[in-house]
Amino acid sequence: MNGLEGFLYPNEIETQWSILIVIYPFITGLVAGAFIVSSLYHVFGIQNLKAFSRFSLLTALSFLLVAPLPLQVHLGRPERAFEIFFTPNFRSAMAGFGYIWLSYLILVAFETWLVFRPDIIRLAKANSGLRGTIYRALALGVLDHSEEEFKRDEKIVKALALIGIPWASLLHGYVGFIFGGVKANPWWSSSLMPVIFLLSAVVSGIALLIVLYVVARTLTRKPLEHEAIGALAKWLLGFMILDLAIEGLELLNMAYEGEESWEAISVLITQKIAFSYLGIQIGLGSLIPLVILGAVALMGNRARTQLSFLAASLVLVGVFAMRWNVVIGGQLFSKSLLGFKSYVPPLLGQEGLLVAAGLLMLPLVIFAVLSSQLSPWTEEQPVAQPEEERARYRERVYAMGIGSNPRR
Amino acid sequence: MSVSRREFLKTAAKYTAGLAALVSAPKWLPFGRRDSSIAQAAPAAAGSNYDWDQHTWGFVVDTTACIGCGKCAVACKTENNVPMEPEYNRTWVERYVVAQDGQVFADSPNGGIDGFDTEQANAKYRNLQIRDSFFVPKLCNQCENAPCVQVCPVGATYRTKDGVVLIDRDRCIGCRYCIQACPYGARFLDPRMRVADKCTWCYHRITKGLNPACVEACPVGARVFGDMRDSNSRVRKLLAEKRVNVLKPALGTKPQVFYIGLQEGVR
Repeated sequence: MNGLEGFLYPNEIETQWSILIVIYPFITGLVAGAFIVSSLYHVFGIQNLKAFSRFSLLTALSFLLVAPLPLQVHLGRPERAFEIFFTPNFRSAMAGFGYIWLSYLILVAFETWLVFRPDIIRLAKANSGLRGTIYRALALGVLDHSEEEFKRDEKIVKALALIGIPWASLLHGYVGFIFGGVKANPWWSSSLMPVIFLLSAVVSGIALLIVLYVVARTLTRKPLEHEAIGALAKWLLGFMILDLAIEGLELLNMAYEGEESWEAISVLITQKIAFSYLGIQIGLGSLIPLVILGAVALMGNRARTQLSFLAASLVLVGVFAMRWNVVIGGQLFSKSLLGFKSYVPPLLGQEGLLVAAGLLMLPLVIFAVLSSQLSPWTEEQPVAQPEEERARYRERVYAMGIGSNPRR
Repeated sequence: MSVSRREFLKTAAKYTAGLAALVSAPKWLPFGRRDSSIAQAAPAAAGSNYDWDQHTWGFVVDTTACIGCGKCAVACKTENNVPMEPEYNRTWVERYVVAQDGQVFADSPNGGIDGFDTEQANAKYRNLQIRDSFFVPKLCNQCENAPCVQVCPVGATYRTKDGVVLIDRDRCIGCRYCIQACPYGARFLDPRMRVADKCTWCYHRITKGLNPACVEACPVGARVFGDMRDSNSRVRKLLAEKRVNVLKPALGTKPQVFYIGLQEGVR
């Protein structure tokens, strides 16, 4: 067989978890990170992240909706997927998926609905026919909403944004535990796994927002809010330092203790996955962006945004590589510790690259559809702010651009 | 937006009809009913006078007796309708070759079903200074503290009262978590049913007073099966007379397959 080296238990010849299982933690990580940025504004009132407040919620929701798909496609019996809801075995970390994802989806959907309620009401009033019916249904038939009631909505949003933080952490933390709790695999088994997964999730979510924001604003010919991007880049830097510290600690501990598995693991990371681990995850995806972001934090000019965009893009690639290195890397060495194998995802087929790419594109499509109706831009937010405040904010935003009026 | 009674009843009738069709779907549709006894050579003894409270099954493997003929692996695949390809094994035989300098090599060509007497299997050892070599049959250890049972998200795999870990093929969703969690590589995904599968100590045979197929097939008695509660069983006698060991004891899985002559270096 191709790529087999040394000795593997015969049943290890087949790679059990494919690229689809790499994509799932990548997606839930993006969700957790994006949501936490949104909560930084809604709960902690960090004003310079205001530009991302609605944008990050829509992003989180778009990715959250797609999250179960890679899992479903991967199952041997996808038609039985609902058993996770009906007969879960709560001793299994994986059983957490059903209820945690579902409850978190309800939370995010509810919070998004509340935040975008003014938009929905405006659209319901402005449209007739089928579209009007859809928006009226979305508005739950309530078309006159007073200032007071909007204020109350904001309070609920705050509460949801607060509860959502531990909930998002749970959504992605449990994935870390799925791997961290497998004593059979020394590359996975670690109490730090949930922490590492969560930190890299926040990192990837922040990076995604920077990249997506710049791309979306550029495509729709809107000005970029450099201050907001700069602020987010600082958060990215902070979380990256934390993430790298913990990941480094994990590796250092393994190397220092030098248990039986260390010999096989050091061959894994220095040879079998050297490119994706040392090259991409650590080098291109962590150290280089770290240096760039560090420089950006000390600099003060326009080039900041471009460099932040570059760093964020590298970080996204790096976090994807991290998921790959954990999921696939953990299956490339035998549990006998005497052999190795390789894994190259096929192009076609149920668990092929095309399906994987499609699943990664799908949230962007959903986001595009959602944001075409519900504007993610804070300066286009219709109501619930005193008019002078809104006008001032709008002026500031227009002043950054070349007079482009974003109103449709 | 109000809905007339007629519209409501029409919609409800449509949904009910659809649901009924789904639930009564024939076997050949993807979501149809499934026969859970596929691939069993004989129906289980359930319903007869077998009482699982009366037995605690155990297994002993004598690595000093095994000659690596591979007949056990063949018998198992035949008895349990396991695909003949090398990546699907309920049981297999490993060969260990220890060099003079202490380095350990292992192999298991095709799980051992063709034996080890082929040129392809032996060419790599021709120029090695060999200190020792021996065979180690492997199978599911039916762990008392089975990690596979712990991680199954839907409870499809479970441990019976008589000490065997089984898989409910009707329940398994094919997520493969149990395969990842097994430290011994005992599990695999059945490519036809697309659910997890593994050695069951031929549960359909042992509940009828027979031995597992591999135990029957072994010409040298390297595999021993029996009731741990029966003081006259060979299994109990061997445990009393020989020094035994289990695989990867530090993991806390409490395997119920005991190895005689388990050499250091065996994985």
